[in-house]
Amino acid sequence: MGIVSAIGMNVAETLSALKGNKHGISRVENIDTILKDKIYVGEIKKSNQELLDILRIKDPSNNFSRTTMLGAIAIQEAVEQAEIDVKNESSIGFINSTTVGGMDIIENYYFDFHDREDLQHYITIYDAGTNTNILSEYLGINGFVTTISTACSSAANAIMLGARMIENGRLDKVIVGGMDALCKFTMNGFNTLMILSDTLNQPFDDNRKGLNLGEGAAYLVLESEKSYKERGKKPIAYLSGYANANDAFHQTASSENGEGAFLAMKNAFELAKMSPSQVDYVNVHGTATPNNDLSEGRAMIELFGEGNIPKFSSTKPFTGHTLAAAASVEAVFSVLSLKHGLIYPNLNFSTKMKEFDLVPQLELEYANVSTILSNSFGFGGNCSSLIFEKA
Amino acid sequence: MKNKCYINGLGIVSAQNTKEDFLKEIIEYKDTTQVPALKQNYKEYIPPALIRRMGKAVKNGVVASSNAMKDAVVNEIDGIIVGTGIGSAKDSEKFLESMIQYNEEYLTPTPFIQSTHNTIAGQIALGIESKAYNFTYVQAANSFQSALLDGLMQIQSEDKENILVGGMEEIGSFTQGLYRLVGFYKKVEEGEHSIFQPKSSGGVQGEGGAFMILSNQKQASTYAECVDVEMKNHIEEGKLKDFTLNFLKRNGLSTQDIDAVILGNNGDVKYDHIYEEMSAILEKSTSLYFKHLFGDFYSSSSIATWIASNILKNQEIPETLYHPNSSKRNPRTIENILIFNQTRGRDYSLILLKNV
Repeated sequence: MGIVSAIGMNVAETLSALKGNKHGISRVENIDTILKDKIYVGEIKKSNQELLDILRIKDPSNNFSRTTMLGAIAIQEAVEQAEIDVKNESSIGFINSTTVGGMDIIENYYFDFHDREDLQHYITIYDAGTNTNILSEYLGINGFVTTISTACSSAANAIMLGARMIENGRLDKVIVGGMDALCKFTMNGFNTLMILSDTLNQPFDDNRKGLNLGEGAAYLVLESEKSYKERGKKPIAYLSGYANANDAFHQTASSENGEGAFLAMKNAFELAKMSPSQVDYVNVHGTATPNNDLSEGRAMIELFGEGNIPKFSSTKPFTGHTLAAAASVEAVFSVLSLKHGLIYPNLNFSTKMKEFDLVPQLELEYANVSTILSNSFGFGGNCSSLIFEKA
Repeated sequence: MKNKCYINGLGIVSAQNTKEDFLKEIIEYKDTTQVPALKQNYKEYIPPALIRRMGKAVKNGVVASSNAMKDAVVNEIDGIIVGTGIGSAKDSEKFLESMIQYNEEYLTPTPFIQSTHNTIAGQIALGIESKAYNFTYVQAANSFQSALLDGLMQIQSEDKENILVGGMEEIGSFTQGLYRLVGFYKKVEEGEHSIFQPKSSGGVQGEGGAFMILSNQKQASTYAECVDVEMKNHIEEGKLKDFTLNFLKRNGLSTQDIDAVILGNNGDVKYDHIYEEMSAILEKSTSLYFKHLFGDFYSSSSIATWIASNILKNQEIPETLYHPNSSKRNPRTIENILIFNQTRGRDYSLILLKNV
């Protein structure tokens, strides 16, 4: 697996930040926006040029958006850890996800393209899929490649499709995950919805004021049992269950009872042939918007039963909400939790919500964690749940 | 594989009038650089307040999906899977343009909400109150193919009965100009049959798309069996034949079993030779074309799938799909149709449909 986010440029840095309670939320520094002093974000403190240098991209007419640069860094780490030489691996698949695509670049030059021939090559990255194709070309992946865009649940769905492709015998190795950089388009979009907090985000807190956007990319390599055995490798974790359901309630809001969320969780357990009581830790979606946390909390109570909720936390106070990357960022956190026996704290929590008796995990805890449920929900009613098990 | 996957219902919104007959009365597009979809009577499908808010791709997605469900006589579905390369182009433009022009002030949320790629699938789910699996693929020219493959796998190997799958695209006004600048679409008009005599880079931009109900049960409305879908991001020079033969072999077929191949020729002088190569690989099959009628856009293979399904059900190939210089006509029963597409040398795909 590989990861970049506001708390680290790789898995090792990420783990040390998680263990040290070090969050990555700050004011906006890299983007010139009028929201600069109004909102907090999980920003990676590296300029686009610094990211290009990490990737050793020197061609000035390259088509990398910031989103794609983050994706490339995280994928390289993921395939290195899996010890896969992508260029000589004709059968490896790549399932990407993004909501921003090339927008972080396009928004800077949109009206200048007609007069600036030197910038016109960037026009090609306006659509999401072309950004995936740029990564495929850079990495040398020629096989099955696709991109999913289901708002904040995107990467969970990429992981889900990867599992389905392997189960159907269509792939034996596949890189899955998501990428999104901060940009004015999304910051302003979420700002018009009035769900951005002007403080550090406080998931499941009665005084929560909304989310902090973040940026990042994270990828996992999924592999069939047959394939890793043939290669003589050991898995770092298992993906045991997954499900996707739709809330069908409102284009941007979740239903109050969290029906879509409940269905996604319930169906994931059915597929995994597991009972919810087996869960040691839930990495909740927990965006800290009034709407999400209420809806997700109610869905958890319905699924686990009042008083039987496992230890849970939102890790978005560490990274911000990284949109299409969020579910793969949190999948990496889940795998680290299984591997190192960690239950992460839900930072910034102080007051229990009025609507129910739920208190998230408050301190970092070292414990034996064998099963994790990870939730991701999004616009368009998209609800996805994943279940990870210790290898 | 547990089940076969049937196409039981179709719905389409396109530049052709498809209500009365199967491509007999043709709207000809010549001397144009844009082929817009025909306007639909949205009032029949969508509440008036929503019609104003929804973008064109969303509205057309609702129309096409609703017609596909009616055609297959299904009310409940086990999944909604949409492929769209661009999504809501106009709402994205609207939000972006006002953000830049007014320096991030005076913005309203509606175009932002509508601009997210999964709005089409989300609004279809809201309209029919479906809480089922809901996915959106945005892989450029392989967006629809991704959706079709996902649906196919779920029908073939899981216990799903009916899944709605479709592709939809809309033309954005400003971005269309930008795409012309980089040669994705033609800058100048090239006459009637520009796809058969490529002179310049890119295609004639179109929009619209088709939706279909995939099902594990054959019924009276069944058009065809969807047998297999394959996608490959890039194929090196000279390897197209291996790719095609392997795909056919996996499905127990050889080149002579393919009665017709629907090719994605868009009149792109740089890349249409790839389709000539496919014609040569499938030299015994009848080559058919459709982008002169519907225009060229990322999810246009949904239209090709609509065409192939109709050909198999009617056992009839509309005259307008043949190459104007070809006298080859198909005398026998049409058993297998292959659909082949790529865009600018990436996102290659094969779709195989079979007579039932």
